[in-house]
Amino acid sequence: MTVVLVASWALITAGAVLALTGALGLFRLPDFYTRTHAASITDSAGASLLLLGLLLQAESFAVGIRLLLIMLFLLFTSPTAAHALAQAALKDGLKPVLGRAARR
Amino acid sequence: MWLALALAVLTTMALALARALLGPTLYDRILAINLFGTKTVLFIAVAGFMAGRPEFLDIALVYALINFIGTVAVLKLSHYGEFSRAEELQGDDL
Amino acid sequence: MIGNVILVDIALFAILLAAALGIAHTRSLYSAAMLAGLFSLTCASLFVVQDAVDVAFTEAAVGAGMSTVLFLGTLALTHSRERVTPPTRRVPALLVAVGTGVLLIYASLDLPPYADPANPVQQHPLTERYLQTSQQEIGVPNVVTAVLASYRGFDTLGEVAVIFTAGVAVLMLLGRLRGNAAGSPGTAPAGGLQGEHRVLRVVAKLLMPFILLFALYVQFHGDFGPGGGFQAGVIFAAGIVLYTLVFGLGHARAVVTPGILRMLLPLGLLLYAGVGVATLLLGGAFLDYNALSPQDPVQGQHLGILLVEAGVGITVAAAMILLFYAFAGRGARS
Repeated sequence: MTVVLVASWALITAGAVLALTGALGLFRLPDFYTRTHAASITDSAGASLLLLGLLLQAESFAVGIRLLLIMLFLLFTSPTAAHALAQAALKDGLKPVLGRAARR
Repeated sequence: MWLALALAVLTTMALALARALLGPTLYDRILAINLFGTKTVLFIAVAGFMAGRPEFLDIALVYALINFIGTVAVLKLSHYGEFSRAEELQGDDL
Repeated sequence: MIGNVILVDIALFAILLAAALGIAHTRSLYSAAMLAGLFSLTCASLFVVQDAVDVAFTEAAVGAGMSTVLFLGTLALTHSRERVTPPTRRVPALLVAVGTGVLLIYASLDLPPYADPANPVQQHPLTERYLQTSQQEIGVPNVVTAVLASYRGFDTLGEVAVIFTAGVAVLMLLGRLRGNAAGSPGTAPAGGLQGEHRVLRVVAKLLMPFILLFALYVQFHGDFGPGGGFQAGVIFAAGIVLYTLVFGLGHARAVVTPGILRMLLPLGLLLYAGVGVATLLLGGAFLDYNALSPQDPVQGQHLGILLVEAGVGITVAAAMILLFYAFAGRGARS
């Protein structure tokens, strides 16, 4: 097991754990805005780490550059979509759950 | 190892789907489906590596694109109620 | 091979079932449209697991992308909640649904066993012909493209004609694009919104060239990997859809004018059929690309495939964009 392979699987595992955590947060958190927080942060971070891990195992330059492009694209669009979503919800009048109610 | 990874991503997808089905407001569902799309991208990338077929990555790129466009589409619709509302651009918008 | 991993298949089918039940259960049509997009994405994942990459590509682009956008565009024009079915109609509807399901399952029992080497499709000599000799005869690594564009080029010509007809039909039904439906700044809701979507606008502007470039890449890379005319056309249209969504229909129609699109729509089909006529005039059969370059038939095949795929891409892109314009142009909900 070379160092690169170990590093690659470490990154992949970290990414997968983050992704699972985000999905779990989507389930357990009380209201929409907190869920957006969980989903979008762990989405970008987990996906990037996972793709970086795969990048270390890429066989050729073509594969590597594609992984890099996917990662860049996700990094650009995931936060943007979350931002636009939260803004749209706010404009639409969805109120965040504050105070004691949020600490059920 | 690869199988475990694929199953982990699938579990994430299933959780996102559950939120999409449950989510009390429309925005919860949009968020969940956006997450589902991103996880599908990861699943395709992992599947490509499992099968030793890197051509799958082109598909993953398309999924990422489609996911984004779908989210923007539903946002535009539920925010304003129609697609064709133009946004007034101010002069030197970047 | 990934197809043998049964757990992945079970998980994907479970997701499919849950999504379908969700679509049937929900009363909000927005949710149903988005869940339908999710369903298409899962179908595409299943296709990938089955190693059918070109189909997965097309399913993702068309089913999850354009279909969802068009559904949402339609919802802007009608009610957004499903009406409750009257009680007298529920039992007959249930009987029809269950009956159809039973018939389908009964018919599927007749299918040959999955991936059995003795299947007719594996044993037929045509399969051998396509897989073995397509390299010498056509010289294109992606066999799907070779079959689609060359061996069965006539069928693909029919498909392009269908897409062209669909575009024409929508244009006829939804009328001429209204010139003043949108684009006037006065329709923007209560002022002060300009700054809000700055992030989305900037990111969309940054992404546009790459999306269009990616569409061109898919168009020409179809010989070597998954891709081809259909997928490229849909991706190109998706890029223009993004532009329309973020910047408004007026700006989009100034950039990609409907007049040009109405000219491009038949142009692709004409190009495709024109290649066929050219081969006729050069002494071969209709759509026999060998006639395009008598000294080197493989070169002729390459040229023929390039031209017909370009034709497919042009018509598909024009049709999709025109469809979207037609739906979006009617969305004046006062």
